[in-house]
Amino acid sequence: MNTISGAQAVIKALEREGVDIVFGVPGGAILPAYDPLYDSPIRHVLARHEQGAGHMAEGYAWATGKVGVCIVTSGPAATNLVTPLANALMDSIPIVAITGQVATTSVGNDAFQEAYTTGITMNATKHNYFVTNPDDIPDVIHEAFHIAATGRPGPVLVDLPKDILNAHLKWHKPPKLDLPGYKPTVEGHPRRILEAIKLIESAHRPVIYAGGGIIKANAADQLRMFAEQTNAPVVTTLMGLGGFPGDHDLFLGMPGMHGTYAATTAIQKADLLIALGVRFDDRVTGNPDFFAPHASVIHVDVDPAEIGKVRQAEIPIVGDVGRILEQMLEAWAKRPAPDHKEWLEKVNSWRTDNPVRFDQQPDGPLKPQYVIEELYRRTGGDAIVVSGVGQHQMWTALHWKFSRPREWINSGGLGTMGFGVPAAIGAKAGAPERTVYLIDGDGSFQMTHQELATASAEGFPIKIALINNGVHGMVRQWQTLFYGSRYSGSELGRDTVNFPMLAEAMGCVGMRVETPGEVGPAIEKSLSINDRPVLIEFVVDPDEMVFPMVPAGGSNDQIILGPEDLE
Amino acid sequence: MNQHTLSVLVENKAGVLARVSSLLARRGFNIHSLAVGPTADEGISRMTIVVDAPELEQVKKQLHKLINVVKITELDRATAVEREISLIRVSTDGQKRSDVLEVATLFDAVAVDVGVSTIMFLVTGSPEKVNDFVELVRPYGIADLVKSGRVALARDQKSRKLRAS
Repeated sequence: MNTISGAQAVIKALEREGVDIVFGVPGGAILPAYDPLYDSPIRHVLARHEQGAGHMAEGYAWATGKVGVCIVTSGPAATNLVTPLANALMDSIPIVAITGQVATTSVGNDAFQEAYTTGITMNATKHNYFVTNPDDIPDVIHEAFHIAATGRPGPVLVDLPKDILNAHLKWHKPPKLDLPGYKPTVEGHPRRILEAIKLIESAHRPVIYAGGGIIKANAADQLRMFAEQTNAPVVTTLMGLGGFPGDHDLFLGMPGMHGTYAATTAIQKADLLIALGVRFDDRVTGNPDFFAPHASVIHVDVDPAEIGKVRQAEIPIVGDVGRILEQMLEAWAKRPAPDHKEWLEKVNSWRTDNPVRFDQQPDGPLKPQYVIEELYRRTGGDAIVVSGVGQHQMWTALHWKFSRPREWINSGGLGTMGFGVPAAIGAKAGAPERTVYLIDGDGSFQMTHQELATASAEGFPIKIALINNGVHGMVRQWQTLFYGSRYSGSELGRDTVNFPMLAEAMGCVGMRVETPGEVGPAIEKSLSINDRPVLIEFVVDPDEMVFPMVPAGGSNDQIILGPEDLE
Repeated sequence: MNQHTLSVLVENKAGVLARVSSLLARRGFNIHSLAVGPTADEGISRMTIVVDAPELEQVKKQLHKLINVVKITELDRATAVEREISLIRVSTDGQKRSDVLEVATLFDAVAVDVGVSTIMFLVTGSPEKVNDFVELVRPYGIADLVKSGRVALARDQKSRKLRAS
């Protein structure tokens, strides 16, 4: 009988799923799986930290639309993976994590490098597996990929004890998937579709509120056609940016806490909200009791649990948002585009009268928004943009005109500082022909900057605009606004770390920019270097804040447009 | 208190109980009782979950997201049979013994262990009946008490119609 080891089966199963790259760090318990990986066509990228490996898998998944894979060992390696798993769960990113585990004979004995990985990650994954029979390996890996990629995408973890990896099994093709409790709905209910169409027809002030689901479902084309046919203005959430062309006449920007005046106000005045692949996050709604007070809601989502969770929907439609938009387009086909002249004039005036703005004096301190707008101009907007979490993330969301899906990669739901560097590496691995520009903050960057070594060692020439204000900027902004400018624990010190030297020490090119005049040339230089990673440190004004802003838990009617609105 | 009874079919796999209870805890739903055991189909177990929740819709939808959860049915009093089992050790010091036994007879409670100063009763029935028995013997002194947690099944729809007619 021809048998192979459990470890060989794992790698073979990954190959069969079409995996061409995995991000990982080896260690004792997972060692058996690293041996067959040595002979496999699958490329292994050695991360410096398991959290990095997880975020790399996420960046890869986001950029490509495929399932990202990371592979780490037991115990501390698995616990280091909890953050990326939770991040992937919140942002619906399809990844499969393979973790080593101590031998089944040692499980439960507090063995060296033992952690109860499936228990710890139960609430940070869509599903997880603890494999106790080597014969199960081909089926489990196949199921893991299926669950990660279908329905509402998410992270799946497979925990593999060392003795199971070393045991032998007879390789078999996986049988048909046997998941009686897992049958995601794809098609929208036809009666609901018709009800939705009727409601849209009778609306006077409709707003399309589109989220990350548009990106996940590859539904950007359908969304554009639908908006044009129904003549309804569009707002996209932080996660939905790029799901609708940023320069389109109907586009109002992002709504919510740091959303544009036009997007946020349009929702407040709307009589119909067409919610597509969104989950009514509190960063969008503010106090839900005052959110879109005049609007009926059509809510389309692949996850039934999202519908009615925060806001009751008059018309709930469960299914794939791309497929449902197609169904709505078919149902709409013979109807003319409604005339919303008055409504569109109004939202256009909000847009024109209240642009997102900042004040860059030629000889004044460098403004982060200016840096981002220069990056947009000099790249022609043709780049995959990744960010960390904080002020720089919001400035990028507000000042970059995203026109295509999968060109904006960030951590939305969990708000994971440190997401940027590894996610940018993953994105570059998935789209090597594209310029990948990471816009990071000094706080976020310092949480995972060791992965710069991975970027240079493994040949991922990402580019980094490090917005250095020397502080945890978003924390400091809240301290300025709500805590009487008492800056408790938010000051990192702008000159503590010599970032260009740090970059150079890790095999990257490092530059520093302190004045507005140096910004353009430095960016041009960064775009001309493609044989190694480049980091430009932009030393910016620490007092700059993100505006517009709706204070947390407030009503979206109370937008602070700029510093002049503060008392 | 908004108490709801859910009958949940789950795949009979390791860790499913932990997934269910952990999900309910994470989402802030309070479990009043949870009983689990095999069904006639050896691959499937049934959980009877009594939850305190003002809004059951989210509980059901979140449970449904678990891959191992196959089917969720909400049971209501009128259309389901709900039962509990309780073992109660009652003090029977002095003159109490015959009084306690008399109460037990009324509730079809069975004496399953008799000691010098206590009797242990087994009582089965609707949650209300079990509660009533507990309250009636409480004055005599309850030394120990254990409840099984609620189990429930939907009634046969046909027999319900027969009774209704």
